[in-house]
Amino acid sequence: MSNILLAVDGSDNSYRAAEECIRYAACMEASRVQLIYVADFAKAKNEVLHAGGRDQLEAARRKRLAPVEALLQEKQIPYEVHILHGDPAPVIVEFANELKPDLVVVGSRGLNSLQEMVLGSVSHKVVKRVQAPVLVVK
Amino acid sequence: MVERMKREWFGNVRADILSGIVVALALIPEAIAFSIIAGVDPMVGLYASFCIAVIIAFVGGRPGMISAATGAMALVLAPLVRDYGLQYMLAATVLTGVIQIIFGMCKIANLMKFIPRAVMIGFVNALAILIFMAQVPHFIGISGLTYVFVGITLLIVYVVPRFFKAIPAPLIAILALTAAAIFGGLDLRTVGDMGNISQTLPSFLLPDVPFNLDTLKIIFPFSVALAIVGLLESLLTSSIVDDMTDTPSEKNREARGQGIANVATGFFGGMAGCAMIGQSVINVKSGGRGRLSTFVAGMFLMFLIVVLGDLVVQIPMPVLVGIMIMVSIGTFDWSSFTYLRKAPRGDALVMLTTVIIVVMTHDLSKGVIAGVLLSAVFFVAKISKIKVQKSTEGTVPIYRVEGQLFFASTKSFVDTFDFAAEKEEIIIDFSNAHIWDDSAVGAIDKVVMKYQDNETRVTIKGLNPSSKKLVDRLGVHHDPKAKAAAH
Repeated sequence: MSNILLAVDGSDNSYRAAEECIRYAACMEASRVQLIYVADFAKAKNEVLHAGGRDQLEAARRKRLAPVEALLQEKQIPYEVHILHGDPAPVIVEFANELKPDLVVVGSRGLNSLQEMVLGSVSHKVVKRVQAPVLVVK
Repeated sequence: MVERMKREWFGNVRADILSGIVVALALIPEAIAFSIIAGVDPMVGLYASFCIAVIIAFVGGRPGMISAATGAMALVLAPLVRDYGLQYMLAATVLTGVIQIIFGMCKIANLMKFIPRAVMIGFVNALAILIFMAQVPHFIGISGLTYVFVGITLLIVYVVPRFFKAIPAPLIAILALTAAAIFGGLDLRTVGDMGNISQTLPSFLLPDVPFNLDTLKIIFPFSVALAIVGLLESLLTSSIVDDMTDTPSEKNREARGQGIANVATGFFGGMAGCAMIGQSVINVKSGGRGRLSTFVAGMFLMFLIVVLGDLVVQIPMPVLVGIMIMVSIGTFDWSSFTYLRKAPRGDALVMLTTVIIVVMTHDLSKGVIAGVLLSAVFFVAKISKIKVQKSTEGTVPIYRVEGQLFFASTKSFVDTFDFAAEKEEIIIDFSNAHIWDDSAVGAIDKVVMKYQDNETRVTIKGLNPSSKKLVDRLGVHHDPKAKAAAH
């Protein structure tokens, strides 16, 4: 059985990453997708402030994953959802290095060099530090 | 029990000690700056931060959360210190703690759900604006060099963390720029130049105030405001830490713990405090999870106070101003602008009202109370919209009522009926309505009896069980002798 780790943040490019992920999953035998969403520490204050409570916050996060989950269900690819908390890049790296998947798929926000200096590129860090093949989808 | 205590204290020892040290370093600049906002000696804020952090480590309900002297509390305390002095502030701090302990025992955290999001967003925005406004007199129009130092501080606190994270950037700014100011012999205002600061060291005794009703009259309003503001920020912070660590916390225990910490702090010569969003986020980010992290933060802060000692008074004011501008930017909820456009009009208005009232009165608690009241009014207005649709079934007119019938909606309910027009018989259908109170039953009575006066027979149907119970118990319209005026 092969495992694909798909990191999703609810953005358009993470949806494109999901589409690519599914194409690869179709080629691999008995593949299983591990869907991972990282609730960013940097956004915790904002999200808690704007959510009505714990349950609503959780629902809001699941909603961000909904389009990708729908896509996986449509193609009948088995998947598991993992919602983790922390700094996105290190959390994805740690999770991936523990899981040892056959492939890691992440979207790229396509930042310019200034934005990358200020915001830090998640996909860049993942490519650099994950010990597995990584597919970055633009 | 023992198992849990062990986990909360020693479940994460190495990371807790390291993160506690980072937090202590990050606390110093803020504790000093918040003291200046309150108008007290920096030692008062530093002692308070030590005292609150250590006590909350034992009695708090949210392991890993950091409490200390805060901007929100300093802003509420400032007018008290200005008008009555340090001793009254200490007395108010003790009383704040007592009120918070009572609140905690009354399970106040369960009431948090009645505070709408819009008010909480307004609260943090107002807090950010007040912290910024408090800095203005310290850097506008003083000297060119002041602007330069504020600018360099901002540059350090925003750029340095990109490359170097081991020591909190605000502390680096303070150390580097204080050294630059001293060795360069630069002409800058320092913490020691703040004229309104009392140089007396905190007394470790009862606050030196007359124990009478006049004193209570002075401090009580401040203490109530402090208790509300402190609990609001503490409970918001604990929700944020809950989310970041994906673990639950005991909110009522936290409320009581905040109270205990404030009582002790008042007796030890510190100012009232509460949980700090920024510092708690730093703690969790640095790996802190357990009670040990909070405890180490407090103890290491005390160590630093002893080491730094008199250096504090030599810190140039513009550096603290820069750090407070950073705190203010970090506190402000920048997605509020989107919120104003996208949220329902009423919510947006509640948020703005909260901010405006706080900025006008300089009192965070007033804004929160006004915001809660306004949103309650909006809620009642929204829910009191009742719809009555008229149709005919055969020859009998039927009125279908839709909505909530209670004191605020009875008038529009009664007004929809035209008593003169109908002749023989009408039906009122309550299938999509709910009867809530005595006024609602009274309104139904009134309608029925007015029709009866005009010789029209009224049939009521579709009441749900709880509405029916209420109507049967309180209604009089089935009693032919009754008068509508009974209600």
